[in-house]
Amino acid sequence: MIGNATIRMIIRRLLLSVPLLFVVSVLTFGLVALTPGNPALEILGGSATPAEVTALDQQLGLNQPLVVQYWQWLVRAVHGNLGVSLYSSQTVTGDINSRIGVTLTIVIGAVLVSTVLGVALGIVSAVRGGWLGRLTDVVSLVGFAVPNFWLGLILVTIFSVKLGLVPATGFVPFSTSPNDWLDSIILPVITLAAVGVTGVAKQTRDSLRDVLGQPFIVALRAEGVPERTILLRHALKNAALPVVTMMGLFFVGMLGGAVIVEQVFGLPGVGSLAVSATSTHDLPVVQGVVLYFTIIVIAVNLILDVTYGLLNPRGRVS
Amino acid sequence: MTTFTADTEPTTGPASTSAGARPVLRALIRRPLTAISLAFLLLVIIAVIAAPLIAPDQPLTTNFDNVLQGPSLHHLLGTDELGRDILTRLLYGGRVTLVVTAEACAVAIFCGTTAGLVAGIRAGWTDAVIGRTADVLMAMPAIIILLVVLAVFHENLYAAMLAFGLILSAGPYRVVRAATITVRHELYIDAARVAGLPGRSIMLRHLLPRVTGPVIIQAALVSAVALVTGTGLAFLGLGTQPPNPSWGSMVAEAASAIDQQQWFLVPTGGIIALTVLALGLIGDGVRDAIADSWAADGAQQPAGPVRRRARAALSAQDRQPEQPDPAALLSVRSVTVDVVGKGSPVTVVDSVSFDIKPGEAFGLVGESGCGKTMTARALMGLLPAGARVAGGRIVFDGTELTGLAPAEMARMRGKRIAMISQEPLVSLDPTWRVGNLIAESARRHEELGRRQARARVLELLELVGIANPARTARLYPHELSGGMAQRAALARALTGRPQLLIADEPTTALDATVQAEVLDLLRQIQKTEQMSILLVTHDWGVVADLCTRAMVMYAGQVVEQAEIGAVFATPLHPYTAGLLDANPVLAEPRTRLNAIPGSVPLPGTWPTGCRFSPRCSYVTDECRGQPVALAQFGGDRSARCLHSDEVVVSRS
Repeated sequence: MIGNATIRMIIRRLLLSVPLLFVVSVLTFGLVALTPGNPALEILGGSATPAEVTALDQQLGLNQPLVVQYWQWLVRAVHGNLGVSLYSSQTVTGDINSRIGVTLTIVIGAVLVSTVLGVALGIVSAVRGGWLGRLTDVVSLVGFAVPNFWLGLILVTIFSVKLGLVPATGFVPFSTSPNDWLDSIILPVITLAAVGVTGVAKQTRDSLRDVLGQPFIVALRAEGVPERTILLRHALKNAALPVVTMMGLFFVGMLGGAVIVEQVFGLPGVGSLAVSATSTHDLPVVQGVVLYFTIIVIAVNLILDVTYGLLNPRGRVS
Repeated sequence: MTTFTADTEPTTGPASTSAGARPVLRALIRRPLTAISLAFLLLVIIAVIAAPLIAPDQPLTTNFDNVLQGPSLHHLLGTDELGRDILTRLLYGGRVTLVVTAEACAVAIFCGTTAGLVAGIRAGWTDAVIGRTADVLMAMPAIIILLVVLAVFHENLYAAMLAFGLILSAGPYRVVRAATITVRHELYIDAARVAGLPGRSIMLRHLLPRVTGPVIIQAALVSAVALVTGTGLAFLGLGTQPPNPSWGSMVAEAASAIDQQQWFLVPTGGIIALTVLALGLIGDGVRDAIADSWAADGAQQPAGPVRRRARAALSAQDRQPEQPDPAALLSVRSVTVDVVGKGSPVTVVDSVSFDIKPGEAFGLVGESGCGKTMTARALMGLLPAGARVAGGRIVFDGTELTGLAPAEMARMRGKRIAMISQEPLVSLDPTWRVGNLIAESARRHEELGRRQARARVLELLELVGIANPARTARLYPHELSGGMAQRAALARALTGRPQLLIADEPTTALDATVQAEVLDLLRQIQKTEQMSILLVTHDWGVVADLCTRAMVMYAGQVVEQAEIGAVFATPLHPYTAGLLDANPVLAEPRTRLNAIPGSVPLPGTWPTGCRFSPRCSYVTDECRGQPVALAQFGGDRSARCLHSDEVVVSRS
């Protein structure tokens, strides 16, 4: 199914993502220019002598003009070198690479859970309507109102503190023990998926209702095609298109949500790395995380575009 | 955090409404949920402002003898891990929390509205640049951008929320831009009449009432999202530093004490959730109120009495159920279709009777709104939601269709009665290949295997005159021309070798040359397949081309029925005559086309007497007095007119 047109589309999207990467990296660097205070001074502490500060500035390249700093960073970044953390003295890529797996695990888990549950709920409430439709509205309003960090803490209270079913915090790698791994990610995934489920359900219901009102559905009924076949083989395929479009936004939302959820559950992911780097003024790490997230967002949108193209014979209309 | 970006999507719908502010406000207060939410929000804001006056304690006073207590008379919401009063700390903590929320909201609304106005007025590349920027803002998880800001401006929540306001401005931007473009187009049209282009102030005066509602919705949504994000950042320890309270950092404090005292979580997170909920409900309330006032402006429902009179107009004679004709393939007797809306049911098809013989092509003619399509859909058991057959009988090949179980009716459809519709392109599933669509029907109706079905598809595509069946079968509907799509739809309809084909305006959407080809095809297939056709159309040329008999409908009623030759030679009803005269194909050369004055009255507003009387040139008082019955004129002719003689005389 992947023809020339799809490959051309992928290449075009990749080219279009270069400006996004550029803008994000420049913005990140531009903000650094506004930094009040001196990173070297902060690292060394208040008792450092000016000579020590200058020496560290020199070592970190912080005394150079910003454009030069950006250019140097860019050249190194293209070679996969994002610098060294000002604190852990580990390479930024090493730091992020060792943690990205955790973040992707819970985000992908949440995407899967919210897609499966959301689509199922959306179908049921579109077809049955009535109280189930209203329930979807109420649940999505509550999902909207409850902040994910609070939801996570409520789940911890119930399932860890009260029932003792799963550990409250921490992460166990899959290779160590698949069972413990599942226990350690189940609450984070549910927390992260909560809002996504209602969002996907609402989107699925609305677009399915829209599709079910279209003339080709009447034509299928006139052909005697059973309702179940119309729903599952025709309507759903058409309704999937707007849902796929929205998945990009849902994914971006869940990626952002992971930053907070990792903190709630004490998971060693990129999000918690970014938070600690933020509070310690560790700019190379923050820049690295932004770059990684940007690349992930671009990759996900690319996957969604290809999926959209496969589902929609008319090609992407945007 | 921005997990709810989906809901910050602009509600462009209401943006195009011109609802005034006052009815919206009234509608708003009438909604209990919205009123409660507004009251709650006001209460929270006032309480937080008045914290020094009403707080029972000091926010930083510790008491180590009294840590992590549940609610009590002394401490209404309990105490925290340092024995401080939670209610007091929530009141004081709400100050920084609500201020940064308001800050983000103000920045988002100000920047979004300004950018939307500029983009909407200037258009061109300004619009494109702003649009692209908004897209980039939405592409990244907002929190990661805020972390960068916080890495630079240490622990400065104000800076972070300023940045967040900028990110959120994408929502109001889209709403305002859409409204501005609409207003600009309207004003240019007005301005063209009186000359001179609209000034800025006129522009704003028109724009203001239109964008106020949607911008309020956006403000509520943006505030809700900002509140969740702001408290989230504080929860992460990136905002207010201890011992100073804020809602978010208090949740973090509650989290660290989760093993000892779970109550602490309830008021701290609860106040955030309730405030966000109130904001969300206010947004929903404003949206619904605008939608309602818009609906109230636009829809002037016909008054009750008119509707009732129309229903009373059914003549007693039409109500008599005649016996179906056993020789006919399809026998329809006194079928009435009602549409049930908000009020009492409205009749759209009124006691219609006709027969279609085996192998006959029967025309059903009338302007749109006369009930033709409703009649056809009633035969298929495919009336739209809200419409139902309220009386009469439909007998098809000895089977009573009215009252047939849905599953049994579904088995009739496609196999024994098939349908092709007016818009061939939208009647085919856009995500399926044409061949697969036809094969799906072939496999069901003719119980074919996969390979046999494929052979049958090619055979059918060839039958409907498609030059390259194998290639066409692999195409998607959007790759077909209108004529090709109608041929494909016909091929699908023929899969069950149906006895009756209902063709609803099958050629209306097609080019003239293609029309003729499709009609030829229909006639040819009707002969070879020994199929009956019910042709629904407003075009006498199409009827003349294909049908042997025709029936004319007006305002839900049959007004004339006859052999095709007789209709053309001597129409007995003025409406039939008028339709014939209005047809360019049939008109005498070099004569003026005569359109019938007026238009078809809406269902529910039908006149008491002859329904055509307001548009009729033969009208007398007698016509207006009481319903006119369908009169027999010998043989197979009938007409619903008191002046048929005059119609005949005046045309000869």
